[in-house]
Formats: sequence, structure tokens, C-alpha cells
Amino acid sequence: MSYRIEPRRNASALANLLAPVIAVALTLLFGGALFAVLGYPPIETLTAFFIRPVSSMYGFTELLVKAVPLIIIAAGLSVGFRANVWNIGAEGQLTMGAIAATGVGLFAPEALYPMLLPLMFVAGLVGGAAWAGIAALLRTKLNTNEILVTLMLTYIAGLFLSFLVRGPWRDPNGYNFPQTALLPYEGMLEPLDPMYRVTASVVFALIALVALWVVTARSFAGYRLSVGGAAPRAARYAGFSEKGAIWVGLLTGGAAAGIAGFYEAAGPLGQLSAVISPGYGFAAIIVAFVGRLSAPGILLGGLFLALTYVGGESVQMSHGIPSPITRVFQGLLLFLLLASEFFVSYRLVRTGRAAA
Amino acid sequence: MTARLQLAGVSKAYPGVVANDDISLSVAGGEIHAILGENGAGKSTLMKIIYGVTTPDAGEIRYDGKLLEAHSPGQSRALGIEMVYQHFSLFETVSVAENVALCLEGRLDLPALRLRIRETAARYGLAVDPDRIVMDLSMGERQQLEILRCLMRDPRLLILDEPTSVLSPQAVEQLFTVLRRIAAEGCSIIYISHKLDEVRALCHAATVLRGGRVTGEVDPRQATSHELAVMMVGSDLPIPERPASTPSATPRLSLRGLSGRPLGLAGRRLQDISLDLFGGEVVGIAGISGNGQSELAACLSGEALCPAGQVLLGETPVGQMRPDARRRAGLAYVPEERLGRGAVPGQSLTANTVLTGYASGLVRHGMVRFAEARRRASAVIERFSVKADGPGALASSLSGGNLQKFILGRELALAPDVLVVAQPTWGVDVGAAAFIRQRLIDLSRDGAAVLVFSEELDELIEICDRIHVLSEGQLSEAVPREEATKDRLGALMTGGELGPVAEPAE
Amino acid sequence: MSELAISIFTGTLIAATPLLLAALGELVVEKSGVLNLGIEGMMLIGAAAGFLVAVQGGGLLPAFAVAALAGAVAAALFGVLTLLFLTNQYAAGLALAIFGSGVSATLGVGFGSQPIEALAPLNLGPLADLPLLGPLLFRFDIMVYLGLALVPVTWWWLNRSRAGLVLRVVGEAPGNAHALGYNVLRIRFLAILWGGALAGLAGGYLSLAYTAIWVENMTAGRGWIALSLVVFATWRPFRVLAGAVLFGGVTILQLHGQILGLPVPSEALSAAPYVATILVLVVISQNRARMALDVPLSLGKPFRARD
Repeated sequence: MSYRIEPRRNASALANLLAPVIAVALTLLFGGALFAVLGYPPIETLTAFFIRPVSSMYGFTELLVKAVPLIIIAAGLSVGFRANVWNIGAEGQLTMGAIAATGVGLFAPEALYPMLLPLMFVAGLVGGAAWAGIAALLRTKLNTNEILVTLMLTYIAGLFLSFLVRGPWRDPNGYNFPQTALLPYEGMLEPLDPMYRVTASVVFALIALVALWVVTARSFAGYRLSVGGAAPRAARYAGFSEKGAIWVGLLTGGAAAGIAGFYEAAGPLGQLSAVISPGYGFAAIIVAFVGRLSAPGILLGGLFLALTYVGGESVQMSHGIPSPITRVFQGLLLFLLLASEFFVSYRLVRTGRAAA
Repeated sequence: MTARLQLAGVSKAYPGVVANDDISLSVAGGEIHAILGENGAGKSTLMKIIYGVTTPDAGEIRYDGKLLEAHSPGQSRALGIEMVYQHFSLFETVSVAENVALCLEGRLDLPALRLRIRETAARYGLAVDPDRIVMDLSMGERQQLEILRCLMRDPRLLILDEPTSVLSPQAVEQLFTVLRRIAAEGCSIIYISHKLDEVRALCHAATVLRGGRVTGEVDPRQATSHELAVMMVGSDLPIPERPASTPSATPRLSLRGLSGRPLGLAGRRLQDISLDLFGGEVVGIAGISGNGQSELAACLSGEALCPAGQVLLGETPVGQMRPDARRRAGLAYVPEERLGRGAVPGQSLTANTVLTGYASGLVRHGMVRFAEARRRASAVIERFSVKADGPGALASSLSGGNLQKFILGRELALAPDVLVVAQPTWGVDVGAAAFIRQRLIDLSRDGAAVLVFSEELDELIEICDRIHVLSEGQLSEAVPREEATKDRLGALMTGGELGPVAEPAE
Repeated sequence: MSELAISIFTGTLIAATPLLLAALGELVVEKSGVLNLGIEGMMLIGAAAGFLVAVQGGGLLPAFAVAALAGAVAAALFGVLTLLFLTNQYAAGLALAIFGSGVSATLGVGFGSQPIEALAPLNLGPLADLPLLGPLLFRFDIMVYLGLALVPVTWWWLNRSRAGLVLRVVGEAPGNAHALGYNVLRIRFLAILWGGALAGLAGGYLSLAYTAIWVENMTAGRGWIALSLVVFATWRPFRVLAGAVLFGGVTILQLHGQILGLPVPSEALSAAPYVATILVLVVISQNRARMALDVPLSLGKPFRARD
């Protein structure tokens, strides 16, 4: 008796649904084992990681604070990933969006204050999109690999931020800390409820998801991108522009990351410092894949990945477990998800000589 | 004397299809034995069984009298059985000698190997230079290298699967000379083909397959082409109906001195191609792939751009228009690659209907009308009797012939003024091929202009009103249907002049 | 020749060594038709694992061995995913990069501040005392020489040995290689392990020799630069060396620039290697014809044997 792998004839809806669920379950299993190996009681620690942080209203709102940038960025990146455009520099685009938005917030004349937030929003969008646009320009005009360019640009954006907060934008009254002055009151987002840190960005995240759903499930633009991603020669045959797809894919992801940068700067942060993101731009890539590049999936994936952040902070406080454990969980989840996806398109078939 | 290879009662079924049903045959030493049959007759499965790629459900295989059971390709090679696949299995980026080395065991000693290659090549009259990179070889040279690779291992049974499908008539002649020499040295050859003339010219014996069964065992040198064809197809070849037609007054598609390398440096240079295609006619472009077919087709479809005035749809210069714009102007195109180009493998037939139907009502206000697309896909499936699991079936789940019917049906549903089709019946079974050919004729009789690229001369002669030959990037003058014979077209394919009209050969 | 010139030259070679090791490993992986984007993660895991051994008194040689082993183990994870589960190689490589950064940071917590003794230069006796040539060529640590030696060895193995030939054709047409009886998956898996071991070694070089400390994410994008180097070199070992030296030079000039107090912000100098990578990629991408000759034709495409 032996087994053989064969492609499924019709995509299995059940497997499609189960794959991420199984991946999450296995991540918990491996995570528990990992805690055990590190010498912590697995069940106890998993509870502290995944349940305790969200068992209070405050904890839940903190989860939303982390989930919002992940969801916004992942929604934008999914558009590109569907077209096989590999923007993995969202972290840098978020940084540039935050820089542009903060720049407007700090230096706009007071006459503009009544519309300061919308201006900052646009600045963030443009900043992120422009940073991704460099990669799109190089790819379409000069045939340069966008993966490497977006990544290198991420390092450059990080150094640029560091330069600004240590140099020209440093708060003169900031005791020499590498950070800018606080944004003016008009440039800061009010929390929806003064008890918590959640802002209107939650609403925007939902809008982004709806937009993604419309684009991917119904729109002709989304259809063209998916054809280009799945079968480039078929896209050429149909007359769908390859360069257009590259531009759309990169600019959408960049704009989304830039907007997320705006929301971070004007929301929880209120100012720029040398480090403004705990790796949202990279984690959003995982969110996009965990969510299978679809809107409902990204919603769930964003919440789960956000949980790895708050859980990591939680177990650091309660058990003294180093917080980078968060990225171990994230990587593990992505690995397992990719592996489980295999069973969406393939299945194991039992073969015996007699039955063949 | 024991036969070199003897099959008795070999059967093999796949889900839904019996590929081989109780097949028996016998090949003597030094014999060139043809396995003759249409696409889908079960030839390839049978070869895979002999070579050990696939295990039969029933029956036995004897090689030199010894029973072969559950043997692997590796064991076959150890026994002296070699196989040359229809699509070459050479490595393009390495040299001829390295390609040979990869088939032999032992240390890599290229200088010694080069000598051996030269010796073997000289012995069989093969023109193979061990130092050349495969990428630079012509199709004929590659075929010779494939065979040389086998000869280096002193085979006793050589299996050739459709070896002439990419060869020019001259290269075919050279190949036959080599094969006769190999057989004369005692090696048996199994020659798989659906080309009657070749089998009659080369083979000592023939086993004819149809629908997985043996329908005849003959000496092809004695049998007539007609007898063989009846065994192969089951009845007389279906002859399409070709009602007379009058071409439109003005051309629907015109080429005016189309020149250059539309697909970049690696492609073939087109040389001053001019052509007028009228409504109501089917025009054929004959010739072996690699002579500019892909380049010319890409210039027509819009996948490659060229100077605007070199391609005209009606009066409109379209050389600089992309495929979507040309489609809006009434052009439809069926490419030779179905999966990955004509259709997106991982998407449903409904989604694949949108691929070319977006310009004709399947997109409104930027949104895809999937319900309408689904209706259209269902209609195509029904009208063209496509065997598929409804419009939701993935394109990759269809067989080659069914996918071709779907793609052709999808394009015909657009009611094009001009249809360009490349290799319409490649890998399609006899019934479906006849169906497709009839649809092409019908479309032209409804007033459209149809241009067909094909390597199958019989097919072109059957359906076309006139035939051009594309050879080395040059388009020959037209041969009217009444004067078209395989010999005359073959002469044009090798770059010769159009000879005098010969008497019909058969 | 001035002290400065000598120190720039030697510093360049030292800075080039981790890039060279990682890129030579990736070159072999890519020649087999697999694109592993996770070099950064494997380097980090190697750096942390090696440092852990050294800081607990395990000795430098075992530390390097563990670094290589850890890199290979991380690569094995990638190999199983992409070869057996036919996972998208881009996504799996990214996962490896993120996973490696997390695992290494978790491993290394608390150890970073502890000092270790850096890998010392090889004692080449009288050679090291030669005027000019001594300080210029004979005072490096063993890993520098190892990296340099791997260049011709890799070239010879790929282009002259039978195994190298098989690896190349597996990268060109895995289906054909399979038909000839070669085990495509095994060959690719071994290549992935080799690439992982070299990446781990490269990471170990950073934590055990180059800086002799452990810092979270200390590779600072070197894994990605190594990846660009392979493209830059159009998959040729000697050009990888040239590229590594070029990037090593940029790094060292940036350090010297900071020391000399050039009137440029230090961040601008730090950004130099990344800017240089982009520029080089742009230049190299222009010559498509040359790329086409050397690029492994089935790079990044999964392979599944049929029948």
C-alpha cells in the first residue's frame, strides 16, 4: 500500500477553508511545544499569550490598535500579490508615509490647521506610494527586480527616519532624545473613546477590506491582475497590460502602507522617533498570505497576527519570555500555512497495485 | 527465433478511459515496426508501458523471451531499450558532449567522450558536433543528437515517438537513412506515427491502433494509404462539407511588407510578408514551427507590435494596437498553446470566458458580469459538446481536445470578422478534429475571414481555399487548393520554387 | 603604501567575506533551480547559534560548525516546504527570513552583552612578516581564506565535475533530468542544505569574527545584498567575488568616512551599500541577453514528477 499525490480537479472549498484553521491550530501546538522546551508550562503560557491579553475590553482595543495597520497594509499588498508583484518593502513605505504625514503636521502653517488631518492623510498616502513607485519605475522602465529594490528602499527609509529624528527634525525641547516634537493638537486623531487608544483608523481598515473585496471579487481591474499573476502569457494574449499591473500592484501596496504610517503617526505615536513600527510591514505580508489574499481572510489574519504582538508583550511581562518570540510565532504560522495550502490544490491518493 | 519484443494481451485503463485494450504485437530483431494511430488511439500509453514508465493492468511483455515485470525506465535502459520522446529531452544550455555524458554512467571525461561521439556519429552518418551548445542546433540536429544519445548506449530496441513532427522534409529523409542503417545493424525500432506516407516508406511492419485496440497488422509496404487510413480512423476519413463561397470585395486583413524580429533577438526575422485575407475564405499558412510562425501570429494577435501600416484590419492600421484594441476591431485569435495562454489553468471556464469576452458585454462599469459569463460558458460547452464538469470546472481539468473546443467555441461566440487559428487540431482526437475543421469552414462561409497556421498539410489541403508556406521567415506565393499537393507544398517548405502542377499522387 | 590604504584593502576583504560565503551558497541553490529568499534568516540563525556556543565556552571551531549546521537546519525547513509541499518559493523564503529573525532574537536574548574572543588571524609565520605583502595578504583569519578558496572550487565543481553538470541541468529542465533517472528533489534538497550551511557560516562570521558580539538583526540586510550579488554576478562565481569586494569596499569606505568626519550625515554613508545595491541591480538588469545565457531556466518553478 502506498500513497501518491495528485492535483485536485476542482478546488475544494472545504480544504480552502480548513487550511488556515489547521495552520493556526498547528501553530498553537508547536508553540506550546516550544514553550515546554524553553521550560515554561505550555498551557499556562499559551493562555497568557493568546487569551489573557484579550480578555478585557482594554486588551481587546489594544489588539485592534495593532490589527489596524496590519489589515490596511495587507489589503493593499494583496492587490499586488494577486498580480505576482512582490512588494516586500511595505515597512519602508509605512516609514515614508509616516514621515510625510508628520512633516505636514509639524510644518504646515496654522491657516491649514482646520484641514490638517486630511492633508496629513494625503501626504502619508503619497509618501508611501511614491516610495513604492520608485520600485515600479525601475521594474517597468529598467527591468529591475522589485523584491530587492523594495527591500533596499526599506533600509534606506529607516536610515532617513533616523537622520531626521537625530538631525533636522529633532525636538529642540526633547532633551536630546532622537524624536520629533509632538504633532499639534489638530494633527492628532482623537480616540473614539477616551478610555482606549482606538481611533477612526478602525473604520478605514474596514473600508479598505470592503474595497479589496470589490476589487478582487467583482471588478474587471481585479480580474486582470489575477490573470496576470496566474498566467502572464494568458494576460498578454488577452491584451492586459503587464506594466499597468506592476504599477497598480506596487502603488496600491505603497499607498496602503503610507496611510497606515499616517494613522500610526497621528494616532498612537503622536510624533516620530527612531523606531516607529514593530515590523508591521513584514507581518502584513504574513497577514496577506494567511488571509489567502481575500478580504475576510485578511480580517481574521490581521487579528491573529495582532494577537501575536500583544501576546508577545503579555508573556514578556508575565513570564519574562523574550518578546522576539512574537516573530517566531509569525514565521511558524506562515510556514504551516504554506504547507497546509498544499492540500488545497493537491490530495493524497491511496494506491495499491491491485486497485490501480 | 524469439522475437525481440512480444506483447500479449496488454491492457491499461485510466479513470473514465481505456487507453489500451488487449494489445498484442511482436517485433523481430532488426525490424522497423510502426505503431500507427490517430491522437488518442493509445500509442503513447503503450510506449510508456513498454519503456516501464507505466505499469499495465493486465497482459505480459517479453523481451528476448524473458518476462518483464514492473520494470522501470532505468531497468529498460540497462536491457538496451531506449526511447526518444516527441518533445525532446535535451538540455539547451549545455554542450552536445555534456548532453551525451548525462546519459552515460561513470566519470566525466569530456575529451574521451568527444572522440567516441565523433566515431559513433560517423558510423551512422549523423552530423553531430560534440562541442556545440544545444541551444544553437536546428530541430533536425537536435533529433539526431537524441538518437545519438541512445546509440551511444548500444541499444537493441529503439522507440521513437512521432520523431518527424518538427522536421523539415529533407531532415526526415536524413533521419530515415540513419534509421535504416541502425536497423541493418540488428537493432529493432518501434516507430510511432500517424503519418501514413512515412510509415509506408520506412517500416517493415505496422500495428494499427484505434480507440486503444489493435485494428490491423499489415506490411505497410504492401498496403495502400487508403487501407491504412480506414484501419486507423475506422471508416473513410470524414470529409468536411465545403460549400462554394465568394470572397468579400475588400480584404478583411492585410499584411503590407511585414518585416523584422517582433519577438526580440531570439526570434526568427520576418522578411517582407504581404498577404490579403478576404471574408468568406479560409487561408492556410503551412510550414514547420520555428520558421516564423510564432512571430507572424504574434504580430497578428497584437502580442507583438510592429509598424502600424504593416498590419491592417479592413482599412484600419492596427500594427501599434494591443490585443484588446484589435479584438474590439473584430479580430479573434486561438493560440497554439491552450493552457497558460489561451486559458488560465487555475480558473474556471466562466472566468476564462471573460478573458476575451470583456470587450463584448461581459464587463459593465468596470465590474465583471459573472452571471452573464457563466451563461456564455454554458452555451459554449453545450454547442461544442465540451466534456467538462459545467462552467465552474477549472480549465486545467479539461483534456487538451476539450479545452481546444472550448477556446475555439469561446472565440467563435464573439462572431469575429477575422479569425486567426494556430494548430487547431494538435493533440485532438479524430472526431473532435473533424468537428473543429468543419466549424472553421462554416465560419468562413458565414462571411468571416479565417487564417489557419498548421504543420499538418493534409489538414490545410482539406479545409483551405489557398495555402501559403512560411519558411525561414519568408511567405511563399499562394497555392490554390486545387493545385495543392503535399509534394508541392513540401518543396516550398524547403525553400524551393513552386514546381509545375503534378498529377494527383493517389 | 600608507597604513590607511592597507587597512582599507584588508577591511574590504573582511567585510566582503560574509557576503561572499552567503552568495556562493545561494548561487549553487539557484543553479539547481530553487530561489531561496531566506538568506537573511539563515544568516541570523547561524550568527545567534554560533555566538551561543562561543559565549558558553564551546570554542570557536565548534561555534562555526554549529553556525553552519543551524543554517542548514533552517534551510531544510525551506526545502521541505518548497520541494515536498510545492510551496511558492517567494513566500517560503520570506517566511524563513521572518522566522530566522525571530528565532535568532529569541535565542540570543541576554547573551549579546557578554564578550567573546573574536576569531584571530591565522598564524602564517614568516609570511605574515613580509614587508607590504604580509599585512596585505597574510594576516587574515581562516574564514577569509576559506571564502576566497570557495570561489574557484565552486566554479570548478559547477563547470567541470559531473555532479555540477547534473545540478545545472536540474536547474535548467528538471523534467528532462527526471526522465533520465536523476533524483531532482534530492539534488535540489542537497543544494538548499549547502546554501543554508554557507549562509549560517556567513552569519557566524559576523557574530564570531567581524564584530564578536550578538545584536538582534545584526546582519542588517546582508542576506538580501548577497541575494542581489548572485543576480549581479549573473550566476558566475568569480563575478560574485568581484561583487562582494565591491560591496565590502563600500562598507569600509563608509566606516572610514565616518571616522574621518566627512561632512555628510552618517546615515547617508550607512545607506551607501543599499543605494549601491539598487544601482548595480539597475545596471545589470539592462543586459538581458547576457542574463539569459546564465540564468537557471527553471529558477523558482516548483517541480513535481508525473506518472
